[in-house]
Amino acid sequence: MNLHLKVWRQKDAKSPGQLVPIEARNIPEDASFLEMLDIVNDDLTVKGEEPIAFDHDCREGICGTCSLSINGLPHGPSETTTCQLYMRKFKDGETIHVEPFRAKTFPVVRDLIVDRSAFDRIQQAGGFITARAGSAQDANCLPVPKVAADAAMEAAACIGCGACVAACPNASAMLFVGAKVSHLALLPQGQAERTSRALKMVRTMDEEGFGNCSNYLECEAVCPADIPASVIARLNREYTVASCKDAVC
Amino acid sequence: MNSISSYLSSSIGRKWIVALTGLGLFGFVVGHLIGNLQVFLGPEPLNRYALFLQSLGELLWVIRLGLLAMVVAHIVFTIKLRMENRAARPVGYAVTNRRAATFPARMMTLSGLMVLCFIIFHLLHFTAHKIDPSFAHMTDAMGRHDVYRMLILGFQSKAASTFYIVAVGLLAMHLNHGIGSLFQTLGLNSAKLRPLWEKGGVALSWLIFLGYASIPVAVLTGVLKL
Repeated sequence: MNLHLKVWRQKDAKSPGQLVPIEARNIPEDASFLEMLDIVNDDLTVKGEEPIAFDHDCREGICGTCSLSINGLPHGPSETTTCQLYMRKFKDGETIHVEPFRAKTFPVVRDLIVDRSAFDRIQQAGGFITARAGSAQDANCLPVPKVAADAAMEAAACIGCGACVAACPNASAMLFVGAKVSHLALLPQGQAERTSRALKMVRTMDEEGFGNCSNYLECEAVCPADIPASVIARLNREYTVASCKDAVC
Repeated sequence: MNSISSYLSSSIGRKWIVALTGLGLFGFVVGHLIGNLQVFLGPEPLNRYALFLQSLGELLWVIRLGLLAMVVAHIVFTIKLRMENRAARPVGYAVTNRRAATFPARMMTLSGLMVLCFIIFHLLHFTAHKIDPSFAHMTDAMGRHDVYRMLILGFQSKAASTFYIVAVGLLAMHLNHGIGSLFQTLGLNSAKLRPLWEKGGVALSWLIFLGYASIPVAVLTGVLKL
């Protein structure tokens, strides 16, 4: 199949960028979106032009490295990540807009690559437990009700790709932070630092300059890991309770 | 003090203020509607109710100032949040594709500002009697302020009635997103509760619209008359 791409090209963080029309020729329907870009890049290289820079790693939908806003949707019309989006989802001759994730907190590094280290800094602020976990305990030593285990697992599925921020009209990171805070708040191992974690992660999120949640729920609709917006409600609760505890103790 | 100020300067803290003031104002909207629907019971109950409110004296001013404070806080904190939201995406997309955001959700600022304009007009119309000064001197047989008469005469103007219906439509649209949204912000949401807030919020907003719109419609159609 042949496609008309409109790709955001930007030399580096400081240069201005623009959408550039690029033709994608002889693309197999079974190619993934990233493989399509590989083919286009081969053509560009042969022609002596700069290949399109884009993020990718596992190409299995589990690492959260690939990004891209495709026709205005983070990860495009796929149910999961861009690497798991196949060209059969598009029509021959279609025009496809490919842009980087847009947010002040995700500055463009080059072409379609954005710097998502703001997420790392939020994680480093409290998205972990400092207690030495040691080797595996005897089964059932640490009782976790099935409901809590399922909810924690659901939140832990977040791969930190940033699609939630990219889709949010406010570029808010509440779904990401909600998933990280929920995951540990639901498990016994996360209890010791439950209060400080919520405070530090939200504070860092605000300092980084992410927007505020308006409950549009666009984040949930595009999340490749199906993180539900209920983690945002939990984050609102966790942070407020943590602030109250912090004010008293 | 330090933790309170840092809470109120956080994204979530400020959203709680917007949600709590929104909840308070929603309570007023419901109370005001129930009070006003007494118009369907005739002049006696409505004028008695109006006299009761006036007889609250200083307490009435406490309520009024409380409502004013809630309106101001609701708007001030929203403006701050909105400004940050705009700043959070300096370079927009060439193409955007929305999957979830509803029309009322995207219109919150606009519907809110228009409701604010309406509230100012509404107060000038029926509370301060600035639009039609004769409203201030209407008394019924018992010497009470004749609110029933004022209301009927006020809504017999097609322009005023149409304006009211559009305005309560905008208020209902604001609540359509606002009701469900405030419970999410207050953290009182979960997979179990979500359908209740989402469907309940939409249903309540429609009830508010139908309730408020029924009064001018009843006057215009002659169901309610002097």
